[in-house]
Amino acid sequence: MNIKQNIKTLIVEKPLKLDCGQTINNFPLAYETYGSLNNEKDNAILVFHALTGDQFVTGINPVTKKDGWWSYAVGSGKSIDTDKYFVICANVIGGCMGSFGPSHENPKTKKIYGTDFPVITINDMVNAQINLLDFFGIKKLFSVVGGSMGGMQVLQFISNYPDKAKTAIPIACTSSHSAQNIAFNELGRQAITADHNWSDGDYNSKNIVPDKGLAVARMAAHITYLSKKGLQEKFGRKLQERDDLKFGFDADFQIESYLRYQGSVFVDRFDANSYLYITRAMDYFDLVKQFNGNLSDAFKNTKAKFFIISFTSDWLYPTQENKDIVIALNAIGANVGFVEIESDKGHDSFLLNVPDFLKALKNFLDKSYVEKNL
Amino acid sequence: MKPEYKIISDLIEKDAKVLDVGCDDGTLMEFLKTNKNANIRGIEISKEKVQICIAKGLTVIEGNAEFDLKQFPNDSFEYVVLGQTLQAFINPETVIRELLRVGNKAIVTIPNFGHWKVRLNLLFKGTMPITNSLPHDWYNTPNIHMCTIKDFVRFSKIINFKIFKSLALINQNVSDINKSNLIFKNLFGELGIFLIEK
Repeated sequence: MNIKQNIKTLIVEKPLKLDCGQTINNFPLAYETYGSLNNEKDNAILVFHALTGDQFVTGINPVTKKDGWWSYAVGSGKSIDTDKYFVICANVIGGCMGSFGPSHENPKTKKIYGTDFPVITINDMVNAQINLLDFFGIKKLFSVVGGSMGGMQVLQFISNYPDKAKTAIPIACTSSHSAQNIAFNELGRQAITADHNWSDGDYNSKNIVPDKGLAVARMAAHITYLSKKGLQEKFGRKLQERDDLKFGFDADFQIESYLRYQGSVFVDRFDANSYLYITRAMDYFDLVKQFNGNLSDAFKNTKAKFFIISFTSDWLYPTQENKDIVIALNAIGANVGFVEIESDKGHDSFLLNVPDFLKALKNFLDKSYVEKNL
Repeated sequence: MKPEYKIISDLIEKDAKVLDVGCDDGTLMEFLKTNKNANIRGIEISKEKVQICIAKGLTVIEGNAEFDLKQFPNDSFEYVVLGQTLQAFINPETVIRELLRVGNKAIVTIPNFGHWKVRLNLLFKGTMPITNSLPHDWYNTPNIHMCTIKDFVRFSKIINFKIFKSLALINQNVSDINKSNLIFKNLFGELGIFLIEK
């Protein structure tokens, strides 16, 4: 795939001190925008993507030629209405869609970074993206929005830049990555590093890809994005293009075939080392610890209006973890709304056609946008 | 709009910070926002109702007052409103204490089970009363702790909170309840409206 063309890139000149201690500068931040910035520059929404997302939020992704990852929610007339709002989304640093990441060349060694790339945190991702505001001349965003890891970035963004957004919508996320979350991420990383092709992260120089390991990582993660009920209803024990069991290890069941497919298409669009780095960033995310056990302190300087959304069947970032954020905000009298959306589609609900969710998102944004003009 | 909303609004000062517990579709919240410029929040158990509130631009959290009020610090609000839901809680005493912890003052409205129609209903029909404000059968009612205006006044002495103002709604007219007319109001009041304090 040809990544370079079709990708807009901001070269961030300003030095960025990473949590790991290293400082980076003159690094690329790939981004995309939708809609147009109004004259007052007060209609901008910064969308943060999740683990395997990228800056191509909606429309056809020019690299993968598939629909953008949030096509249900973002677009003309949709929840995040691009006729009304100026939507910005950047590929996170550590990613593999043009932003500074492990598949880039190290200028010092002239070799691909691989695992020499510095470990990135959610805080680093957010601190890189704040540069987009200066670039577009935006003093204050109308909203910051994101699901899953995108939601973590929303929380970190508001904590770091309390007066840079009028509204904040963290969706299906957490303020502190749980042991279960870390466990699943570790499973994925082990799958990748166990693939012989991974070559201690140096697969690029050998022109090979740890595709088997990356596919297994994706398959395991994919299960965590769905719900038991959703899987049962969609696949049950249905067989894959056969009338009976074959007494072997081919994909007898539709669910097996589905997971294998998910794994195989993923390796075509995602870099294995990026997967290691981004899952690590999620695992390191602990806003509660950052504020010495008091999450409320993360938000004490903001006047932003929050809307927190969770899903009934999301067991990866369950309602209680989302509610903990609501509780922390209420404890300091912040302006926070909350709804748990009924859905069988698991954690992935925020990416899918879940009308109650899309309606809530639209209503909150549109009403808040009207209010800001009062 | 329910007739008592105007009365509740009259009990609240301008610009007050208010929490509407069981805010339903947000009608009262909107009314207080418009008429009193209240800084108002809501808590509501029904997802559908929360959605309606969001569509109105109201700040509402989905939750159960019996368990979710504890997240608010002491004296977070000047007023906490509990409209016609006290009787639906498993533990009304805890709820009242929580209302008065979270708010400086609370406004509680109760459908009066001592109303003459209710009494006659039970006396003559011998079945659990069904009226306009109490439309459910005994087996499907959410109202598990019905009380009368008199009961609520007694309750204030038992669990020790002050009733600042007590009003009865009779045929859409509001009147004060006092010691001397309590028996009368308890017979004719459809709804009791109480402004209470710790």
